[in-house]
Amino acid sequence: MSLGDEAQVSRRGLIVGGAASCALAAVPQAEAQAPAGTMPSTMPVTLTVNGRKQTLDVDTRTTLLDALREHLHLTGTKKGCDHGQCGACTVIVEGKRINSCLSLAVQHQGDRVTTIEGLGTPDKLHPMQAAFVKHDGYQCGYCTPGQICSAVAVLDEIKAGVPSHVQADITSRPQATNMEMRERMSGNICRCGAYSNIAEAMADVAGGRA
Amino acid sequence: MKFDTPAGTNPIDRMQVVGKPTDRIDGKYKTTGTAPYAYEQNRAAPNAAYGYVVGAGIAKGRIAGIDLSAAKAAPGVLAIVTADNAGKLTKGNFNTANLLGGPAIEHYHQAVAVVVAETFEQARAAAALVRIDYARTKGRFDLAAELDHAPLKGDDSGEGSKAPPVDRVGDFEKAFAAAPVTLDARYTTPDQSHAMMEPHASIAAWQGDELTIWTSNQMINWGKGDVARTLGIPKEKVRLISPYVGGGFGGKLFVRSDAIMAALGARAAGRPVKVALQRPLIANNTTHRPATIQRIRIGCQKDGRITAIAHESGSGDLPGGGPETAVSQTKLLYAGANRLTAMRLAVLDLPEGNAMRAPGEAPGLMALEIAMDEMAEKLGMDPVEFRIVNDTQVDPAKPERKFSQRNLVGCLRQGADRFGWSRRNPKPGTTRDGQWLVGMGVAAGFRNNMTMKSAARVGIDRKGVVTVATDMTDIGTGSYTIIAQTAAEMLGVPLDKVVVLLGDSSFPVSSGSGGQWGGNSSTAGVYAACAKLRETIAQKLGFNSADVTFEGGKVRAGNRSVSLAEAAGDAGLSAEEMMEYGDLAKKYQQSTFAGHFVEVGVDAWTGEVRVRRMLAVCAAGRILNPLTARSQVIGAMTMGVGAALMEELAVDKRFGFFVNHDLAGYEVPVHADIPHQEVVFLEEADPMSSPMKAKGVGELGLCGVGAAIANAIYNATGVRVRDYPITLDKHLEKLPHVA
Amino acid sequence: MKPFTYTRAKTPAEAAAAVASTPNAKFLAGGTNLLDLMKLEIETPAHLVDVQDLKLDRIEPTDDGGIRIGALVSNTALASDPRVRRDYGVLTRAIVAGASGQLRNKATTAGNLLQRTRCPYFYDTNQACNKRRPGSGCAAIGGYSRQLAVIGTSDACIATYPGDMAVAMRVLDATVETIDPAGQTRRIAFGDFHRLPGDSPHIDTNLKPGELITAVTLPKPLGGTHIYRKVRDRASYAFALVSVAAVIQRDGSGRAAIGGIAPRPWRDEAAEAAMPQGAKAVTDRLLAGARPTRDNAFKVPLVERTLAAAIHDAKTMTQTPGTQERGA
Repeated sequence: MSLGDEAQVSRRGLIVGGAASCALAAVPQAEAQAPAGTMPSTMPVTLTVNGRKQTLDVDTRTTLLDALREHLHLTGTKKGCDHGQCGACTVIVEGKRINSCLSLAVQHQGDRVTTIEGLGTPDKLHPMQAAFVKHDGYQCGYCTPGQICSAVAVLDEIKAGVPSHVQADITSRPQATNMEMRERMSGNICRCGAYSNIAEAMADVAGGRA
Repeated sequence: MKFDTPAGTNPIDRMQVVGKPTDRIDGKYKTTGTAPYAYEQNRAAPNAAYGYVVGAGIAKGRIAGIDLSAAKAAPGVLAIVTADNAGKLTKGNFNTANLLGGPAIEHYHQAVAVVVAETFEQARAAAALVRIDYARTKGRFDLAAELDHAPLKGDDSGEGSKAPPVDRVGDFEKAFAAAPVTLDARYTTPDQSHAMMEPHASIAAWQGDELTIWTSNQMINWGKGDVARTLGIPKEKVRLISPYVGGGFGGKLFVRSDAIMAALGARAAGRPVKVALQRPLIANNTTHRPATIQRIRIGCQKDGRITAIAHESGSGDLPGGGPETAVSQTKLLYAGANRLTAMRLAVLDLPEGNAMRAPGEAPGLMALEIAMDEMAEKLGMDPVEFRIVNDTQVDPAKPERKFSQRNLVGCLRQGADRFGWSRRNPKPGTTRDGQWLVGMGVAAGFRNNMTMKSAARVGIDRKGVVTVATDMTDIGTGSYTIIAQTAAEMLGVPLDKVVVLLGDSSFPVSSGSGGQWGGNSSTAGVYAACAKLRETIAQKLGFNSADVTFEGGKVRAGNRSVSLAEAAGDAGLSAEEMMEYGDLAKKYQQSTFAGHFVEVGVDAWTGEVRVRRMLAVCAAGRILNPLTARSQVIGAMTMGVGAALMEELAVDKRFGFFVNHDLAGYEVPVHADIPHQEVVFLEEADPMSSPMKAKGVGELGLCGVGAAIANAIYNATGVRVRDYPITLDKHLEKLPHVA
Repeated sequence: MKPFTYTRAKTPAEAAAAVASTPNAKFLAGGTNLLDLMKLEIETPAHLVDVQDLKLDRIEPTDDGGIRIGALVSNTALASDPRVRRDYGVLTRAIVAGASGQLRNKATTAGNLLQRTRCPYFYDTNQACNKRRPGSGCAAIGGYSRQLAVIGTSDACIATYPGDMAVAMRVLDATVETIDPAGQTRRIAFGDFHRLPGDSPHIDTNLKPGELITAVTLPKPLGGTHIYRKVRDRASYAFALVSVAAVIQRDGSGRAAIGGIAPRPWRDEAAEAAMPQGAKAVTDRLLAGARPTRDNAFKVPLVERTLAAAIHDAKTMTQTPGTQERGA
């Protein structure tokens, strides 16, 4: 039996097509009217961002990304999707790259955070930033800080022996090959399509390191 | 300055700065996160409140009632704007649907409210408390069904792609009937989303009746006009600022709801308001590339010469919209005495269709270049040779009208040579590499060159620093850099002595970024302003402008030499000029050409397709900066991989919306999908295009790529798929038996 | 996202008690799925109990020769563990086939098991969805269902379990260890952990309210060749259309669990007996009750072909196919 090819479905109160009137809201009425918690929903949080200790009073809902962008005005970290689907918000927390959009600021009490601004400055570029310029590893520039944070972390992950999907033998140590870097960078989408150049920028830095 | 005769020798021909693979001058800002995008203009617009857009929950119908009480009472809420209190709004000249819906709803996720609050978290939470009752009405969502009774419709994309409702040359039907070898096939391309990484975003601030919007927009002057029109205020009261644009691809050619909602929200809240469209809203709230259903018929002599070619395309759009001009290139790409193109436009109640990178040609060539591959196979010809046999150096409809330059044959021959095309096994489904079925494919790339008037202001200060100001945008294309190169070349200064200011409507009006016209047109505008400035300097110094040279930061005539700093003096010097175009584009067909070569592997077990090699050989006039031009092409090739293999906005034909409306559901290529890409630019300079002798490459790179991939897949598998994207389910059960 | 209060628990028992005693409370571990859903108000907790300080981040040997994986071990740490790589290769393979490096650094073992479906109608709050809003209907049935389930579905829901790690855990006969608000612990066989939708698709697992996952244990190593074959449209950072976690022995016998086709990792131990006869013999039985839609009917032959590939690979090599370097 094939399920679900009929054009009109009316099971369980679903109203389809026609001139029917229906009420839609983002959430069920009951939940919409549920009272918020009684405790205050702002909290202090202390982060060390790019070596600087920062204490903020944030809404519990504030993501690490919005804490950086909207509270600390470190706007180098980008919001591309806010749902962990693009990688533009990648930062390095306690030495590991994460999507700062899918992390609450309050989860990071006491954490060390490195953003693109902490890697280098226009007058003193980090070697990865310089390699991106040299190999034109970007176009519009919006995904670029996330790409660079990821690229720096990826070379560290390879060095640390973190396995990947493209390793032929997962018990062996990974090497900084083109395919290996591409697989590991796949959580950073670049719609301008600078991938081929980013791979070359990373190879340049990885080669220089070796 | 008017460009109405072919360019002679000019200072750009020195090619000391122009034509060099110069690193981007904005690179150190982009790579350090210090380039400010629209939502990040915290210094320019401090204390902005946050707007969150509510999108319609139905595709078509009307709002029966809105209850804002809970939202208004929510913490931090400053204002809520809906159609009820927005005041009179007029649809923009470039918009098909209203940017603020209500009470009528024209498409899914059309903005119906903006909730403004002190913080982003508060605005988002309050937006979810807006309760809307809709009265849904029946909509038209099925393209194939609606095309059955859709009228013929011509259109001009305004981006170099156009066709009348029906275009006939000779007698197609008769020639097709008489042709010994014929092809008649149907192809489909899906709706696609621009999916640029920076969401549409704006900060709006009012000062009295003057409105400033920091936004992300490709076409500043169009945008300024449409903001004014939509809000019903004088154009001179509007300022748009857009120094960095995080990708556009046509999706930011026009004012979108972020800008209007920010402006309305700021007016209601009495302070600046910032709005970024939420990612899950973008696919349905903004524009998309419309789906097409295409029919192609080709009739050939046995020697491979085309005697009859017909290309028909149907697409849909909201009432008042236009067709996807997918047949446009077929008027010009190949020879053949008997020709027919036609387009139909169905009315659909899906979101607004509009330009996406290479509108018309991108989906048109995805179909046409499969058809050419199929025809070559029927003829037993190599597909490269078949295209070369049918090359034309003139407009086939008007043989007296020549192409200004056309080296498609060179692109194909050099590409075949470099790619190792001779190693391709013409028998499909027979080449194996372990688990992989391997195939090679080729396609021609074609895209017209447009020239657009463009102005700039160029000044020199007492330190000899050159500043260029124009409302041109850099959407990743490299505008900052090639404009700096142009000014440096024209005025004989090193690149680091040039400052480029872009994307501000208080600057002279440029071509903007679209239709791959931006590079050539905006630099031609800078050329014009520099030429005028050279004149001004020469006059001030009393030099004879005919024999003056600008080199090494100095102006020379005869044995006199003065530094630019000195010439500028304390007051500095500046000149503003616009480049306009005569009828050279009418006399000569100006187009750009490419040969795309692709090798794919198709997993013999699962049917998964992975691209192994890609090469594009381009003939597109003078390349102003081979580094950034190459990036444009590889980026377009990457988008072509997406179009061929994965990108499709899935239509729910019951409810009328794009279902996979986020970046997890709408897959675009990732790093792992893209191998090393090669690009070759053939040496050219086209004196018909502008004094820069350049043409566009940003869209050319996309045109034909999808078909080259499709043809490579066919060569690998022997299964012809004519419906994009070519996902594994479309050939899985027809794949050759796995050993 | 609705306002919520936030606390951190110090011990598993304290965390479970805190969630049980606070109305509409949830555990927060990595947050990579929960925060995503909270932003869309698909999840609307009023209180979050952050469990990151519970010290459940170790991987230890068990008395019966297996390993115990703490609930908070990150995906990256689990995939990188030398014992896992050596003895439970299918688990490392499955983890690194999922999500992205950034997400794997944040996502935890327990959180991964609890990730919710990626059905686009579940994610769009304008659409009817029995999983999100019980009784509202299922817009996915009759809608765009290419990614959705072909088996184990009901008239109320055709959502797919989206994860990779759990598919490997199912084939490895893992056990989920929990603690409840009263401090009672229990062990849940992996096959009993995720629920089929039936009439109540809003309940994904058999966990009780306030019950906290503390660990996942794996029995002693199985030997054999470990393969995780994930089939998807793009080469990385995409959910599976179909995935196969297989452990194949030298004699041709073996086990296989399938991802991407059902509301939970799909395995039928009886069907596995046919493994030596080849993929078709297994999948004929494994998918006997399949009810695909027009959009996802391809998954049925795709499962067979993917399993066939896994069996073939096990015979010919020890690498995961489709993932090796592809030279130009």
